[in-house]
Amino acid sequence: MIALGIEGSANKVGVGIVREDGTILANPRHTYITPPGHGFLPKQTALHHQEHLVALVQAALKEAGVTPADISCIAYTKGPGMGGPLVTCAVVARMLSQLWRVPLVAVNHCVGHIEMGRAVTGARDPVVLYVSGGNTQVIAYAERRYRIFGETIDMAVGNCLDRFARVLHLSNDPSPGYNIEQLAKQGMRYIELPYVVKGMDVSFSGILSFVEEAAGRMLADGSATPADLCFSLQETLFAMLVEITERAMAHCGAPDVLIVGGVGCNMRLQEMMGVMVSERGARLYAIDERYCIDNGAMIAWPGLLALKHGQATPLSESTCTQRFRTDDVLVTWRD
Amino acid sequence: MTTSHAAEEASTSESHYVDHENPIIGLHNCKLIQQGAEARVWEGVYLGKPAVLKQRFSKRYRHPSLDARLTQTRLKQEVRSMLRARKLGVLTPCVLCVEHEASTIYFERVEGVSVKQALSSGALQPAAQLELLRAIGSAIAALHDGGVIHGDLTTSNLLVRAADNALVVIDFGLSSNSSIAEDKAVDLYVLERAFTSAHASCGPLFEDVLASYRQHSRLWCPTLNKFAEVRMRGRKRAMVG
Repeated sequence: MIALGIEGSANKVGVGIVREDGTILANPRHTYITPPGHGFLPKQTALHHQEHLVALVQAALKEAGVTPADISCIAYTKGPGMGGPLVTCAVVARMLSQLWRVPLVAVNHCVGHIEMGRAVTGARDPVVLYVSGGNTQVIAYAERRYRIFGETIDMAVGNCLDRFARVLHLSNDPSPGYNIEQLAKQGMRYIELPYVVKGMDVSFSGILSFVEEAAGRMLADGSATPADLCFSLQETLFAMLVEITERAMAHCGAPDVLIVGGVGCNMRLQEMMGVMVSERGARLYAIDERYCIDNGAMIAWPGLLALKHGQATPLSESTCTQRFRTDDVLVTWRD
Repeated sequence: MTTSHAAEEASTSESHYVDHENPIIGLHNCKLIQQGAEARVWEGVYLGKPAVLKQRFSKRYRHPSLDARLTQTRLKQEVRSMLRARKLGVLTPCVLCVEHEASTIYFERVEGVSVKQALSSGALQPAAQLELLRAIGSAIAALHDGGVIHGDLTTSNLLVRAADNALVVIDFGLSSNSSIAEDKAVDLYVLERAFTSAHASCGPLFEDVLASYRQHSRLWCPTLNKFAEVRMRGRKRAMVG
């Protein structure tokens, strides 16, 4: 069996082709990059996806060396994500499924990240830290669902970083978070920022307001450099994430940690998590930007797993939704 | 003869393990019982009493200034909140001693099991279970009315004392003082999530906790209104990524 997955819930659009044994045959992707100081809006992002999606499908088929006749199912992102971009991908998925007469499978984006991470690293039953532009969750598997143990009570960590990058007018190429990470390496001074952990939950919006205000003031009077601010912001945010992950590990008694999602490819976060994990005698599983950042294979793979367990999605139910919790998905393919 | 014997003992390869097994002078027969997220918890005998020792350790992943700030403020806040909780009539382990430099607190040892164990063992009779859930609700109500926000309410941080089945609240490391409805609501929300993630198969247990909270808190109305708001926020969070 071979699955083709279409992902485009945010500013990345990707098509992945995955074989039954987990081999990724092709996984091309295109990113919508906005000018410095700007975020991406649903309408323009959807237009971007419309422009690139068909070409990506063709490129993926060519790279994988397969024909439409070899494809057993089309998996697409049902949600969560931005409405316009999600609909764009769903339309293409429906069209391909009818054209090639293969079943559709709707996939939860968050579950896609988790299953991709497990497949690539071989982690069996880890505590998962899922950190991206739209999500911040600490997840562990129990009784056929990915349960959310901790999460942000306001904005996502990637959103906090992206918005701070806009304040500093950093480039969005390849991503604002990457540029913050590079600039933070030159940071010399740690500026005290609020630190907000509530049990296994975190909150970032107050920190963002604080650092935005501090940036205006401190950059104007020269008491801090943009690098110092990036460094301090990363140190604070990531310490919070590592702390809640450790708390979840202590709570569930799990020995392994897997980091997924776009922020997961930040080397400083991986380094801090690595220190925590080694102190506990546990193992860290991390993946690089090919799989951390949204891609088609992360949708194709769980789609294939779901199909094998009889979870195809009829055309009449092939909708998408902006809000779709990780723990809403019944995980039929795990014990 | 005795001196050489002592020297011999000190030079044996075991000597560097001594610190690990007996971290602090004053606590005897130490045993590490848990490595939590920010502290090691030891069990032993202090001044002839069964005691628990909680030692916050430095987190090497954190920036040193951030680490020092968090360790010190949480230590102080923990002891203060426990004292305050006891004044409000909520059972907590008695604080025996604080060693500030070593970031260590000595507590009375409470014999019993955690609420998490009690609920998941399935050994509780329905009536006893209801009583336990109601006790949780009234204890949180008392804390909140007295301006104490626990900050890390989970079923692992609530104990059932073996002697009299009384509820004992532990781990005030993330506590704060506040009388704002939002803070209380988030406190309840954290506990609700602990119930739904760890005891999903036991049914709607948290409803009983809330009902009891409502009955016992003087300020239940603004808190529970806010709680409904925080819950909604919780659901919306699934967005892009």
